[in-house]
Amino acid sequence: MLLKRIISDKLSGVWMLISLTAILLIPLFIIAGLYLKSTPLFNHQDFLRLISSSEWQPHKGNFGFWPFIAGSLYVTIIAFALAAPVCLLAAIYLTQFARSAMMRIMLPVIDILAGLPSVIYGVWGILIVVPFISKILAPAFNINTSGYTIFAGGVVLAVMCIPYMLNMIIEVFNTIPMGLKEASLSLGATFWESIKHVVIRKSYPGIISAFGLGIAKAFGETMAVMMVVGNSVQVKFNPFEAGYPLPALIANNYGEMLSIPLYDSALMFGAFLLLIIILLINLIFRYFIYRTRVH
Amino acid sequence: MHTNEISMLINEQIESISTNHNIVKINNLNVYADSHQILKNINLTIPKNKITVLLGPSGCGKTTLLKSMNKLTDLYKELKVTGNIFIEDDDILHTTKNVPSIRQKMGLLGQRPFPLPMSIYKNISYGIKLKGIRDKKLIAFSVEKYLKEVGLWEEVKNRLNQPATSLSIGQQQRLCLARGLAVKPRIILADEPTSALDPISSKIIENLFRSLKEHYTIILVTHVLRQAVRLADHVVFMYNGEVIEQGSPNTLFNTPKTQKLKEYLVDGN
Repeated sequence: MLLKRIISDKLSGVWMLISLTAILLIPLFIIAGLYLKSTPLFNHQDFLRLISSSEWQPHKGNFGFWPFIAGSLYVTIIAFALAAPVCLLAAIYLTQFARSAMMRIMLPVIDILAGLPSVIYGVWGILIVVPFISKILAPAFNINTSGYTIFAGGVVLAVMCIPYMLNMIIEVFNTIPMGLKEASLSLGATFWESIKHVVIRKSYPGIISAFGLGIAKAFGETMAVMMVVGNSVQVKFNPFEAGYPLPALIANNYGEMLSIPLYDSALMFGAFLLLIIILLINLIFRYFIYRTRVH
Repeated sequence: MHTNEISMLINEQIESISTNHNIVKINNLNVYADSHQILKNINLTIPKNKITVLLGPSGCGKTTLLKSMNKLTDLYKELKVTGNIFIEDDDILHTTKNVPSIRQKMGLLGQRPFPLPMSIYKNISYGIKLKGIRDKKLIAFSVEKYLKEVGLWEEVKNRLNQPATSLSIGQQQRLCLARGLAVKPRIILADEPTSALDPISSKIIENLFRSLKEHYTIILVTHVLRQAVRLADHVVFMYNGEVIEQGSPNTLFNTPKTQKLKEYLVDGN
């Protein structure tokens, strides 16, 4: 009986180790696979030129990824700038000011929003955001546009990221012990001062982590953004111009035009690039979390 | 140091040594959590510059009573508080004075230490700055003074800029006490402040209370009978949301009048 229990104990440990190893190995396999598939392109063009060139002429063998990188970054920055303050303020209100009944109503709503398929957000973008930009917002700045713009992509992406980030920030705020807030209040701080200096400060690592995951998710988002961003290969810093993010390039073209030499390799390189940038974003946010924990 | 800041400090010292015998008076205090009544018609007085021990079994309402005194019950929307709590003749439940200034009259020490998420130095200076003091030299002087008062200065003077969480639990609790003293309260509300500490740290806190009662009124919540015997000048025994008996420790511990206190003393020993 005891032997059976010991064997069962050992086996459970082995299974857990195998599961963990698989989780750790999968990203490595993905990176290695994408890198190997991209090597024909590296033999044709050097890495720096690939990421800095704006010439995208696959028929002539020119694969400049800068318009796609810039498009992705621009859409992500706009989305983050719109979503981050909204999430932070909404999370503060829900956890610190609202009655518990409101929280009970809002949490399932946020979960439902987080679970909506991205195509629904894309359709909402086409029906509401794009016409709003082309008919109201852009004309207010004397700009003529179809509405299929980087800004539309940013707005749709922001709305998509809000429930995701909001959920995480609410979780973070809920972990802050009541005693900490009471300590600040008993020293003569107002409610808002206690939130600002104690609750938010204590939550820095969690907030940064939520923002980091939100940005990484936004950067890799494909469908909804692709539907509203215009998909035009150009580098424009006017948010009312069309753009072409990296995931949209892969999703739009994979399986097509593979007769063009190096095209499939270029798309694999696009995916590789996307993965590396998301890893970099995560590392940068990890560093910020480390800094806030140290100080 | 600015003249107005010096005069503010002097005024506070004068106020703190005013000679009113009872610093807290509670009349008909009731606290309800939705339909459940946590505190039932509490009437008691807390003598000045003494250690008053709120004694009773867990869940009898000691902590709620303590939190009512500095209006921390306001944080819990489900709680309804009625009655009067007079702190130095000011009815804090019905006063027009701002709540932060009322709370600064009472330093709070929790069951376990809650250092603010900032450096050791800033933990002390936080409350001082909230009082409107901006003079850096005065703040530095106060930080040193109160860290010395709780016997922590020598242990932390070379690492004041390190996070407060880097201290041991016992040190953190003394830091919290110093932080509370730095806002010059009249009363220290201590809610089982040694429950998370080792015996040595507990003894340090108890000794601190003995020396601090010369200048402060201390209201200590505990369910440890021995601690109450060691520290109390005045004892309030609570049971199921009611004050059952109150008086000097000699009277209460040697000649308890009620069956509930008798049983508690027997079980507690």
